[in-house]
Amino acid sequence: MTQTPHISVQHLNAHIANQHILNDININIPDKKVTSIIGPSGCGKTTLLKSFNRLLDNTPDVKIDGKVLVDGENIYDPAAEVTHIRKKMGLLSQRPYPLPMSIYDNVAYGPRIHGTRKKQELDELVEQQLKAAGLWNEVKDRLNTSATRLSIGQQQRLCLARGLAVGPEIILGDESTSALDPVSTAIIEDLFISLKEKYTIVLVTHILRQARRVSDYIIFVYMGKIIEFGPTEEVLLNPQKELTKEYVKGYIS
Amino acid sequence: MRRRKFEELFFRSLMVLATIVVGGSFFLIVGTIFYKGIPYMNLDMITKIPGGGFYIGKEGGVLNAIIGSLYIAGGASVLGLIISVPVALFINMYMDGQKFLSNTLRMAYDVLFGIPSIVYGAFGFLIMVYFGIRASLLGGIIAVTLLVIPILVRTLDEVIRTVPLELRDAALSLGATRWEMAKVVLRQIRPGIFTAILLSFGRAIGDVASVLFTAGFSDNIPTSLHQPAATLPLAIFFQLGSAVDEVQGRGYASALILTIIVLIITVLAQILTKKFSKHKSQ
Repeated sequence: MTQTPHISVQHLNAHIANQHILNDININIPDKKVTSIIGPSGCGKTTLLKSFNRLLDNTPDVKIDGKVLVDGENIYDPAAEVTHIRKKMGLLSQRPYPLPMSIYDNVAYGPRIHGTRKKQELDELVEQQLKAAGLWNEVKDRLNTSATRLSIGQQQRLCLARGLAVGPEIILGDESTSALDPVSTAIIEDLFISLKEKYTIVLVTHILRQARRVSDYIIFVYMGKIIEFGPTEEVLLNPQKELTKEYVKGYIS
Repeated sequence: MRRRKFEELFFRSLMVLATIVVGGSFFLIVGTIFYKGIPYMNLDMITKIPGGGFYIGKEGGVLNAIIGSLYIAGGASVLGLIISVPVALFINMYMDGQKFLSNTLRMAYDVLFGIPSIVYGAFGFLIMVYFGIRASLLGGIIAVTLLVIPILVRTLDEVIRTVPLELRDAALSLGATRWEMAKVVLRQIRPGIFTAILLSFGRAIGDVASVLFTAGFSDNIPTSLHQPAATLPLAIFFQLGSAVDEVQGRGYASALILTIIVLIITVLAQILTKKFSKHKSQ
C-alpha cells in the first residue's frame, strides 16, 4: 500500500467491564478511500469505529490503551482536545437521529457551536451541505419545518449533511443503511462513493454485498482481532486466512 | 375449555370493576365538591379578602388564600425547577462512569419523595428559625420547594433517560461539549419539563402540612415575601371546621376553586406540552 494512512491505529486494546473487546489492533486506514469493517455481530467492529472519534470514552466501565493517530496526532493523548478530534469526523449512526430542531438548524448546529454566527455564511453552508447530501431539492422550500417530519431516508441524508457541515476529513458510518429501504440505501451508498473524493470514509457493515459495492479496502474483524486487511476484491474473492474464507462463504456469521 | 373462559370472564370483570371504582370516585369527589360548593360560590369568593365577619358567615371571600396559594405553588415550582434541572442533568450527563454514585443519588431522591410533607414543614421551620425568618410567604416557598424538588428531579430524571443515547452521540460527534449536548437534550425533553412542573405545582398547591408552620395565615394578601400568606388548603381546613353552615359551605366553595385551579393548570400544561413537542426527535 503506497497510500499515506489517514488513521493509524497502534496496539489498541479496549476492555469493557473486564471483557476484552478489542485485542491489539494495528491498522492503517488509507486516505480518501472507502474502508469497510466487516465481521460477525459482537466482534467489536462498532467499538473499533467508535474508538476513532472517542465516543467509546462514554461507555461505562471502559478501559482503552494504545494509540490512534489521526493526521499523525494521537487522539488518546491526554492533552488532545476531544471536541477538536470529533469535529474532524462526521458520524452516521444506524438510525438517523435528527436534533430536535428544524432542518436548517440541524445543519447549522455544528457550524454554530464552532463559532460561525453570520446568517449569510450559515445560509451558504446549509445549502452547500444539503446539496452534497442530495437533499437540497427535496427540502429547499421547507427548511424551517421540523427535521422529524422527513422520511427516515431523508433524515439519514440530513444527518450526513449535518456531519459534513462541520468540515470533517473523515466520515464514519455505523451500519448507516440498516434502517433504510433499498432505494434510500442505494442513495446513501452512491453518496459514499462520490464523497470519497474529498473524505476518508470508514464504514461498519454486516452486509457483504454492500462492502463489495462501496469499499476499496476491507478489514475483517473476528473476536476483537483483525484477521485480514486488504483491497476489497482480494479479501472477498481470495481471502488468505481460513476464518475470512469461512465468513465470506457464510459459515460464520 | 370452560375453565379458561371462566378465567377470562373473571379477570375481565375484575378490571372493569376496578376501573368503575376509580372513575366513580373521581366523579363522586368532584360531584360532591360541586354540589356542596356551588350554592356558596359567588364573585365575592374569588375577588374579595375575608371581611370582618367572614368567619361567622358574613361578607368577604378567599382571594387572600387564592393569591397566597398561587404565589407559594408558583414560586416553589419555579425555584424547584431551577434547582432540579441541573441535578437531573448532572446525574445523567456527567456521571457516566459512576454508576454507584448516581444510583445512590437516585435512591436518595426516592426516599425524599416518600417523606411525608409534615417533615418538610418541620425542616423548613428549622431553617427559618436558624435564619430568623418568621412564618411568611418566603418560609412557605422554601418549605414547599423542598417538598417538590424530589418530584421534579425524579420526573426529569425519568424523562432524560428516555432520550436515546444516539441523540447525545450525534451532538457529541459534531464536536459539542457536554453542556452543548445537555442543551440539545433539554430541547428534546421540553414537553417533559411541563409535565414535571404540572406534577410539582399540583402537589405544591394542595399540600397543607408543609405550609402549616411555615407560611402562617393571614386575611390579607401578602405584599412582600416577609408577610404571612394564607393558602387554600388551610382556608378549607379552617372553614370546614366551623359550626356555621355558611362558613362550611364556603369551605366547599374554596375546595371547588382549588380543584378548578388544578384543572386549569393541567389543561395549560397539556397545551404547552403539545406546542413544544413539534421538533421532538423520535
